[in-house]
Amino acid sequence: MKVKVLSGDHAVAYAVKMCNVDVIPNYPITPQTLIIEKLSDFVFDGECDATFMPADSEHSAMSMAIGAAATGVRTFTATASQGLALMHEMLYVAPQTRLPIVMANVNRSLGAGSGIWAEYNDSMPERESGWMQCYVEDSQEAFDTIVQAYRLCEDQRVMLPLMICLDAFVLSHTVEKVILPEQAEVDAFLPRYRPLNYLDTQNPKFINIAVTPAHSMEMRYQLDHLMRQTSAVVDEVDAMFGKHFGRSYGGSIQPYRMEDAEFALITLGTATSTARVAVDELRQEGKKVGLVKLKYMRPFPHDQLRKALKGVSSLGVFDRSIAVNGFGPVFTEVRSSCYGMGMQITNHIAGIGGRDLTVATFKGMFDRIMKRESVGRECFWHGLRGEM
Amino acid sequence: MVEKAMTIKTMPQEDQLGSGHGACGGCGLSTAVNNVLRILGPDTVVYAPASCLLVFSAAYPISAFKVPFIYSAFENTGAVISGISAGLRKQGKQSYVVGIAGDGGTFDIGLQALAGAAERNDDVLYVCVDNEAYMNTGTQRSGSTPFGAWTTTTPVGTRTQGKRSFKKDMMCVVAGQDIAYAATLSIAHPNDFVRKVEKAKAMRGFRFLHIMTPCTSGWKTDPAVTYELARLAVETGMWSLYEIENGETTVTYRPKEMLPVENYLKLQGRFKHMTKEDIDTLQRWLCKKWDKCYSSGMVTEERPKDGKELAFAGEETEGL
Repeated sequence: MKVKVLSGDHAVAYAVKMCNVDVIPNYPITPQTLIIEKLSDFVFDGECDATFMPADSEHSAMSMAIGAAATGVRTFTATASQGLALMHEMLYVAPQTRLPIVMANVNRSLGAGSGIWAEYNDSMPERESGWMQCYVEDSQEAFDTIVQAYRLCEDQRVMLPLMICLDAFVLSHTVEKVILPEQAEVDAFLPRYRPLNYLDTQNPKFINIAVTPAHSMEMRYQLDHLMRQTSAVVDEVDAMFGKHFGRSYGGSIQPYRMEDAEFALITLGTATSTARVAVDELRQEGKKVGLVKLKYMRPFPHDQLRKALKGVSSLGVFDRSIAVNGFGPVFTEVRSSCYGMGMQITNHIAGIGGRDLTVATFKGMFDRIMKRESVGRECFWHGLRGEM
Repeated sequence: MVEKAMTIKTMPQEDQLGSGHGACGGCGLSTAVNNVLRILGPDTVVYAPASCLLVFSAAYPISAFKVPFIYSAFENTGAVISGISAGLRKQGKQSYVVGIAGDGGTFDIGLQALAGAAERNDDVLYVCVDNEAYMNTGTQRSGSTPFGAWTTTTPVGTRTQGKRSFKKDMMCVVAGQDIAYAATLSIAHPNDFVRKVEKAKAMRGFRFLHIMTPCTSGWKTDPAVTYELARLAVETGMWSLYEIENGETTVTYRPKEMLPVENYLKLQGRFKHMTKEDIDTLQRWLCKKWDKCYSSGMVTEERPKDGKELAFAGEETEGL
């Protein structure tokens, strides 16, 4: 065991190295670039045996990952924002062809009127693609989740790709202490990848050919059905990781001070650390508040969430993106999932385009949650400038 | 001592693209693919992007390919085959990796991924089967469509008739990247065809084969004249046969004299509207191309001692 001071991006790179990844297609984009730069250092210094493949675009990087994964090797790539959007077409291929590709996406706002800072409007729309998708909170969790990812994705009950999301700069470029396990510990946790179906001239198969309406619907049903069953494996792998390394993250969700909570907030990503301070301060004032960190958007932890929220009368959902003219995507999912539980659920939009999230921001959300305020079919926006 | 070049008579006969697929009668493309795969043999992995080939050969749960096959999208042939090659080589497997894309998937939407694979010099064979339009989607114009040709997006209108720009010089784009091997092929020149595929097969690094494949439905032609069209294309300068190795270009077949392009055009419905003026424009463009290809700086390969053209084997065989 070693302790290093690493940014979120570098923690990802160290984990990828220790997971003995075979092929790393890559294309640079801020704020992900630190990941592939570090990986190129490892490969060029002979510390990592992977094939490092510079692509001509993110679309090609994902295409290469698909091609390589289809031969039955372990792959990794990383992207952000516009890069993920460029990959969009290819994202749909990996789950349906059951390729356990692991990708880091450093969340960054997408589109005009935005820059290079944190927002989830790049990754959230991709939750429909069939990729598993999770959001991590700090460098240690980024490292640990990559190690868990290969175990999870390559589990023969799963065989799906996973997108691990890190907040731009707040996590990707912020350094903190990370415990790095010994290589032997990682090797003991992560068995060699044994692919099921792959391109092999000794046993010819086709992977992904044209599918007519006669079979297409069943394939989509199977994918949906599979993803629903995968949530239990997420929790199982995290628990196994906990036994092995002494750290775990609650699996799909991580409740905080929820035992007797009447008022709760759902958070994800780095915002969770800040929101916990708000919970602590409100608890000191005697307020019965708690929070649930939602780590996995896919597979969505329907059962775990309903269990954790039992007894809550007013729930707020934090969203770092907005489906324009609708709601934040996390809110939409949570409200559907918790339908019939009888609690008030409100949507709290904040941190858009990298806007700072402070303890006061989250206290402001709790204030409204505790007053059971409602804006009907609209969302609360927190931290807007002036009199918007 | 140079080994005797493989010919249509000595080439492997085992099909890797089975019969019963759905290509049109008279399809030049299916013949080309079938013979490329015969030569590459069973230790081959095939990628095809969205294309005629994909649609006529592989619809779940049936595939005509006897070798492993994968598809994913339209514009990424260069990238996917690079990934396949990297994955196989990482496992110590030396299987041939071939991507077979149409002209749309190569000249237009797939150009970037192709250029990436060429620049990295990945160990793959890229085959472009060129039928000069988006035939799979019903004959829309591509960067490969020749001047004057009718397509559904270059219709014969009252104001404008047919395509107004010329065919992209794809070989020039690819060969400019110092790749291991690039060659043009014609199904009407089978021995030249076989020799070039065999040569590409034996090499490592990025190799590019560009095959002219007449399309009976898109060109509005009699299925019986597919080979004649492929032959006439070369005789009129609409296609030429050469290879590029280590930056050296070698013409592998030189027509005795240039036939007027009208001989080629008149057999095809897609050109039947062309005015005298447009035909002249195309002819002038072809003459320039012809001079560039067969004169300055180009080396014509020595003819075999028996006096026969290496490439022209029409009298020896009924075609591939």
